[in-house]
Amino acid sequence: METPRLTRAVDGRLLGGVASGIARHLGLEPVVVRLAFMALAVGGLGVAVYVALYFLVPREEVTEEGSEPAEEARRKGRDISQLIAYVGLAAGLGILFLIFGGVYDPLLWFVIFGALGATILWQQANPAERDEWMNTTVSRSRPKSVMRTTAGVLLVVVGVIGFLVFQQQLQEARAGLTFAFTLIAGISLIAAPWIVGLIRERDSERRERIRNAERAELAAHIHDSVLHTLTLIQRRADDPREVQRLARVQERALRSWLYQRPADAETTVTPGLERVAAEVEEEHGVPIEVVCVGDAPIDDGISAMLRAAREAMVNASKYAGTDSISVFGEVDEGEVLVFVRDRGAGFDLGDIPEDRMGVRGSIIGRMERHGGSARIRTEPGEGTEVQLRMPRIAEM
Amino acid sequence: MGEESTNFSDGDAVPRVVIVDDHRLFRSGVRGELGDAVNVIGEAGDVDSAVHVIGETLPDLVLLDVHLPGGGGVEVLRRVLAKHPQIRFLALSVSDAAEDVIGVVRGGARGYVTKTISGKELANAIVRVADGDAVFSPRLAGFVLDAFSATDAPPVDPELDRLTQREREVLRHIARGYAYKEVAKELFISVKTVETHVSSVLRKLQLSNRHELSRWATARRLV
Repeated sequence: METPRLTRAVDGRLLGGVASGIARHLGLEPVVVRLAFMALAVGGLGVAVYVALYFLVPREEVTEEGSEPAEEARRKGRDISQLIAYVGLAAGLGILFLIFGGVYDPLLWFVIFGALGATILWQQANPAERDEWMNTTVSRSRPKSVMRTTAGVLLVVVGVIGFLVFQQQLQEARAGLTFAFTLIAGISLIAAPWIVGLIRERDSERRERIRNAERAELAAHIHDSVLHTLTLIQRRADDPREVQRLARVQERALRSWLYQRPADAETTVTPGLERVAAEVEEEHGVPIEVVCVGDAPIDDGISAMLRAAREAMVNASKYAGTDSISVFGEVDEGEVLVFVRDRGAGFDLGDIPEDRMGVRGSIIGRMERHGGSARIRTEPGEGTEVQLRMPRIAEM
Repeated sequence: MGEESTNFSDGDAVPRVVIVDDHRLFRSGVRGELGDAVNVIGEAGDVDSAVHVIGETLPDLVLLDVHLPGGGGVEVLRRVLAKHPQIRFLALSVSDAAEDVIGVVRGGARGYVTKTISGKELANAIVRVADGDAVFSPRLAGFVLDAFSATDAPPVDPELDRLTQREREVLRHIARGYAYKEVAKELFISVKTVETHVSSVLRKLQLSNRHELSRWATARRLV
């Protein structure tokens, strides 16, 4: 990525956009540049530089990139509070300078260390709280948060001890500190089991809460969908086909919820065939009964076979004029068989033009390309059965 | 479906049927759909009343829901068949779960159909079962094929634990959606022979002690 030209930012600026412009130019976080300006501003120099840059640096050309209004609004709300924070910080620094009398007073730096550490710790508390609620991210961000906490604690300790040392009060404080440490250690020993218990309890409570929420959500989902479908059915009562379709769709949804499949379900023949049948049924409104024997993982050949089976089901739904289609899938050691059968109109195989894609390309051709075969048995008035056969590739 | 059979399918008589289902709405629905094809002589909504009604009326056939308050269809089968082994059961369920299907068939039902079956098909199935035949839906045929092939272990009793090549062929055709008559035509055998094969499969399914059967059914908790 090339370095952007130095311009004054319009997007995400706090004052004149000088700081964020520089940050963008240098590839830094705007906060860093702003803090630098602020530190300089305490001596008065920063203000001058800022004003100079404001007039010298050209304003960024606004390209209407369509920044999302929601984000815009969020940023606006943040702007003012950030501005106040910076001003407050500058004022605080200024006061500290007055009290300690200059940048070279080590005391000032220990106070700043302490404040910085405390800030980090306080900031940590917030995400930690958040993590507790959305515990999916907790494992990923944990090392970082531990590091930050350690750094924060270290800074605070250095700040406090340094402050005491330079106030020449460490010697006097030692007795008090020893007392405090001993007391804290004792209290920890006494309270530790209780605290551990509390944490455990909180964990299990949280798990329970998540479980309950999940259950409630699922129940609500099913509840809603079933009620919704029933309402639809009542409203469409004069259209038996639509009513049946609705009922089937709902039945399938309920069943798949009740007999929840394992996660890898979609990678084997039986659920694959059932899913294909469900899709075709939903599209064309003709009930399809699927029966499967045995199961095997889906490979290239079988996935082509499923597509061919789908085509056969679509054909049966569209042209057979029947009210049910039977699909039977069988997996044995050497091969996979799928039969798609309807008791509908049937047709004369000789009548299909050579170039008709449906049967020849999508079914027979597809099967043969993948090393399988397809047979179609049909006669006018006798229904149709498409037989698909695909040899299984030896398993590893 | 096939026409030749012993008595009910000749039209000599109408089978006397008791409907056992805990949904009143469904019972009256089935009653309406069956119309004159069968003679519904009683209804029951739970296990105890079912056993009572069946004992009182001694029907030719019981249309039995798999899920019933008080122990399920299997419990009705157990208690009724102990006293009246001549009564035939056709299981009817919305559940396609393998353990329900296999469980109720092994409990003594001579057939299994799902509640989505049409009235005409149901009447056919009732007549067939009342005549002593077995009725396999495509799904049941699939389950049975799966159950009998889902093992590498040698059978304990080859007579009961294995399907013959012919039985397997018949089941595969049923699973493909063929009616008995069509299976017969396809395999160049009589409808009677198809029925014999299916009954023999039913016997094996009910009597085989192969532990894989029950294990398979529980392992396969899928639709």
